[in-house]
Amino acid sequence: MPLLYVEHMTRFFGGLRAVHDYNFKIEPGEIHGLIGPNGAGKSTIFNLITGVYKPTEGSIHFRGKNIIKYPSHKIAALGLGRTFQNLRLWRHMSVLDHIKMAQFSQITYGLIGAFFDTKKRNQQEEENTEKAIKIMELVGIGKLTDQLVPNLPYGLQRRVEIARALAINPKLLLLDEPTAGMNSEELQDLVNVIRHIHDKLGVAILLIEHRMKFVMDLCERIQTLDFGEVIAEGSPEEIQNNPRVIDAYLGKEVKI
Amino acid sequence: MKATGSLPAGRSKFKIYRDKLLAPYIQVPVLGWLAGLLISTLLETFIGPYLAMVLGMSDVPALFGFTVVLKQPVLIPGVIIYLLIIYVLPIAIGARLTKSLANYIAGKLQQYPFWISAVIHIVLLYVVINTWAVMNDYRVLLAKLIMIAVIVTLSLNVINGYMGEFSCSHPGFIALGAYTASIITVLFFVNDSVLGAALLPPVLAPFLFPVALILGGLMASLFSLLVAVPAFNTRGDYLAIISLAFTFIIKSLLENLQIFGGARGFMNQPNLATLPVVFLWTVLAVWIINNFVRSTLGKALNAVRDNETAANAMTVDTKKTKMTAFMFAAFWAGIAGGLFAHVMRYVNPGSFGIKKLAEVLAMVYFGGLNSVIGSIVGAVGFNLLSEMLRPLEIFKWIIIPLLLILVMIFRPTGLIAFKDFDPKKLLRAKNKKEEDK
Repeated sequence: MPLLYVEHMTRFFGGLRAVHDYNFKIEPGEIHGLIGPNGAGKSTIFNLITGVYKPTEGSIHFRGKNIIKYPSHKIAALGLGRTFQNLRLWRHMSVLDHIKMAQFSQITYGLIGAFFDTKKRNQQEEENTEKAIKIMELVGIGKLTDQLVPNLPYGLQRRVEIARALAINPKLLLLDEPTAGMNSEELQDLVNVIRHIHDKLGVAILLIEHRMKFVMDLCERIQTLDFGEVIAEGSPEEIQNNPRVIDAYLGKEVKI
Repeated sequence: MKATGSLPAGRSKFKIYRDKLLAPYIQVPVLGWLAGLLISTLLETFIGPYLAMVLGMSDVPALFGFTVVLKQPVLIPGVIIYLLIIYVLPIAIGARLTKSLANYIAGKLQQYPFWISAVIHIVLLYVVINTWAVMNDYRVLLAKLIMIAVIVTLSLNVINGYMGEFSCSHPGFIALGAYTASIITVLFFVNDSVLGAALLPPVLAPFLFPVALILGGLMASLFSLLVAVPAFNTRGDYLAIISLAFTFIIKSLLENLQIFGGARGFMNQPNLATLPVVFLWTVLAVWIINNFVRSTLGKALNAVRDNETAANAMTVDTKKTKMTAFMFAAFWAGIAGGLFAHVMRYVNPGSFGIKKLAEVLAMVYFGGLNSVIGSIVGAVGFNLLSEMLRPLEIFKWIIIPLLLILVMIFRPTGLIAFKDFDPKKLLRAKNKKEEDK
C-alpha cells in the first residue's frame, strides 16, 4: 500500500484551475521531486495535501486513511510534516520552543497538567526537550536552543523549519523549495542534511525545487507540472530528456 | 558584576563610588528584599505615626506622601525625610545586612522541594503587605483593588498578549463574575429584601465563598463562548468588534434586570473578600496562569499568534487552543469580578463599561505584552500612579494618558514585554558561584 495516494485531485480558485486531475503515489522511504515553472500549482498541491485548502474534486489517502475531511493539524499529526516556501517561523519563540511545539499532538498531560505544574507535565516536558535536542543535533542546529529565530541566518532558519517538521514524527516530509535563497555552500550542507535524515529516519520525502542539480541528485522520481497538469513523470534521466519538459521548463535548445 | 575587574579609564570618582555602593545589591536574593521590606513596614507601624507628627503631617502618609505633597507643597522636605527614614534606608540597609543570611537560607531551601521555598516567600510577602496595609483602611482597600487588578490584567494579557488577538470583552466577564458570585452569597448568607432570608448560617460563608467565586468564573467562561464561537472562525479585527458588542450587551442586560437592582446596582454582599482571601486568590491566579503560559500547550498561543498556518501544520489544534485560552481568561476575569463585588460590597452595571475597558487595556499595554511580570508591574504601577495623582483631579487624566503615550513611543510592547517568569530562578540564592553559571 502506498504511503500517500492522490487520485484525480482538482482544485479551482474561482475561475482559475490551479490543479487539474493530479495523480500521485509515493511509497515509504522514497524521495520524489516536483518541478515546474512558477505558478504551475506546485505549492497548491502541497497545501491541498496538508489540508490548508480542500480539493474541489478527487481523493487523498495517507497511510490508508482518506484525509479529505481532516483538518490540517490532524493530517500533520498522522505523520505529514512540511516546510514552507516563505519561511513560516514563530518570531517570538526560541529554536527549542519551535521543535517542542511540533510535538503538540504527542502531549498527554492535558489542561490539568498545564495549569497545575504536575509531575507528569514536568516529565513530559523534559522528555520532549530531550527529543527536541536530538532532532536539532540531527539537523545540525544542536547549539542554538535558546536563540530567537529572527536572529539566525537564513540557512539556519531553513534548518529550524526542517527540524520542526521532523519533530512531528513524520512518515512523509514535504519540502517546499528548501534551497530558495541559499548560497552554494549552504546548499551542499542542506543536501547532506536531507540525505542524512532520509537515511537515518527512513522518511519519505517529496520536494518542490527549482535547482535542477539538487533535484536530479536527490530524487528517485520526478513529476513535472505546468498549468496545473502533469506533463511528464519518470526518473531524473527521463525527465531531462523529455521534450515537453525541455519546452516548458528547461528551455529550448537554441539553433544558430 | 560591574564593580569588579578593570574599570575603563575616564570614569568619574562618583560613578566608581556609586557602583561600589550598588554592587552588593546584585547578590541580594528575593528573600533579602522581603526582609528589608518587612523591617521597613514594621518600622512604620511602630514609629511611623510619631515621626509623621514630628514632621508636621497629620497622619502617616498613606501613599508614600504623594497625596500630601500635591495638596500641601510645604511638606515636601518632611515627606522626603519620612520616606528616607521609613522606606529607603531600612530597605537598603536591611537588604544589605541580611544578604549573606538570606543567601544562606535561600541556598538551604534549594535542597528541599520547591513548594516549601515558595510557601515561605509567599507568607513573607503577605506579612509585608499586611503590615503595610493595616495602617489604615484606605491602604487595605487599595491593596485589595490592586491585587484584583493584577488578576484582571494577567487574564487579559493571555488574550491580547500571548494570543495576540484584541479582545474588549473583559468588563463583561468581570460583571458576570461579580453578579453571579454576589447573587449566590446574598441568596445563601444574607437576609435580602429581594432574594429572601439567608438559607445557610453565615458561619459557612467563608467556606462557600470560593465556590461562589468559581461559579462566577465558570459563568464568565460560559458566556465567553458567545464571543469566541463566532469570532474565532475568522482572524483580525472581528474579535475586537464582537467583544466590544458583548461588553455593551452585558452592561445593558444588567441595567434592565430589575430583580438585581437594575441600574441602581446590587448591594449587601457579605464581607468575605478580606485581605488574605484576595491575596490567596491572586497568588493562585498568578501561579496557574504562569504555569499555563509556560507549558507547550500555552506556548501554542504564541505559535498561533506568530503564524497560524504553521501552527496548524505542526499539529497544533489552533481553534481548540484559542477557545481554551479565551475561556480560561474569561474564567479569571470572572473570579476577579466576584472578588471586586465583595470588596466594594456593591456593584452597579455602570462600573463595567468602556471606562473599565480602557483602564484594563491600559494596564496590559503599560506593563507589557506576553509577560506575567509585565502584567503585575502594569497593574500595580498603573493603580498606584492613578491613586497618587488623585489630588490633581481632572489633570490626572492628562498626565496618565501622556505617560501611556510615552511608554508606547519608547517601548511599543510595554515596559516588561516578552519576559519569561520562572519562579524557581527568581527565588534562588544569589551567591557568586550561582551567578557565574
